[in-house]
Amino acid sequence: MAKSYDDIDARLINHLQDGFPICDAPYLQVANELGLTESDVLKRLKNLLENGTLSRFGALYNAERMGGALTLAAIKVPEMDFENVTEIVNSFPEVAHNYARNHELNMWFVVATETPEQLAETLAAIEHQTGLRVYNMPKLNEYFIGLKLEA
Amino acid sequence: MDFDAIDLTIMRATQAGLPLVSQPYHAIAEQLNLPVEMVMARLTAMQKSGVIRRIGGVPNHYKLGYRFNGMTVWNVPDEHVDALGEQIGKLLFVSHCYHRPRHLPDWNYNLFAMVHGKSQDEVNQQIAQISALLGDFNLGNDVLYSTKILKKTGFRSGST
Repeated sequence: MAKSYDDIDARLINHLQDGFPICDAPYLQVANELGLTESDVLKRLKNLLENGTLSRFGALYNAERMGGALTLAAIKVPEMDFENVTEIVNSFPEVAHNYARNHELNMWFVVATETPEQLAETLAAIEHQTGLRVYNMPKLNEYFIGLKLEA
Repeated sequence: MDFDAIDLTIMRATQAGLPLVSQPYHAIAEQLNLPVEMVMARLTAMQKSGVIRRIGGVPNHYKLGYRFNGMTVWNVPDEHVDALGEQIGKLLFVSHCYHRPRHLPDWNYNLFAMVHGKSQDEVNQQIAQISALLGDFNLGNDVLYSTKILKKTGFRSGST
């Protein structure tokens, strides 16, 4: 696969993960910090978004700080019930992502709700409908989100 | 800080993407019919309070060639988890790093780090690097790979 970005793009992607300025002309500020022109930064960003190297460029919001609730949960699903349990878990609109993983805890999903109470209710309802224990693993602390490229 | 209706409007306008124009905050202000000073002040306040984790780009791991993505999980002493998590989070190949609760006796791991490599070999080396960094604080570890996406919605958040 042809690389969808060059070294300058990689520097730009890394730089943008450290935060984007809130000021009158933020792209110009980023351009100055990287020794590029504003139009080059805008052109590169447009290209990286169009070719999918960046899935988006915007504000990352923290659901919990807005009163919402989010968790990662896992279930040990007996292999023979896997399809049935998948159907039940996926039927909850509160379940955002669901992955099969190679472990005894073989189903891992993210649950997002508007309030912590709804989150607890959703997990209880999943336990009730599947008859299986839901291992709730909310984040207690977060250390980094992002991925830096070698440039 | 109270998250109010104006914040919500600004959130909806900035979550999917910032306009790629010279003055993006002016463009948003115009679109929302709000003074640009207010838009910038609200965004700054939301960033300060942690409602906004950051404004920036979200790279697509898969598109970048990182096709081997492992959820590495570690059992480290609770009193050291924050210091160790900060160190692991700084590794270039770690995209998410979290402290999560154990569920004894079934689940002993309290530190999660998502790692991304271009080959299985690379991922194995990354795991070895984390293990070396943890040293004696590594009381056990495992790695889980996704074998199938069962559901993926348009839901967007920086983290779980």
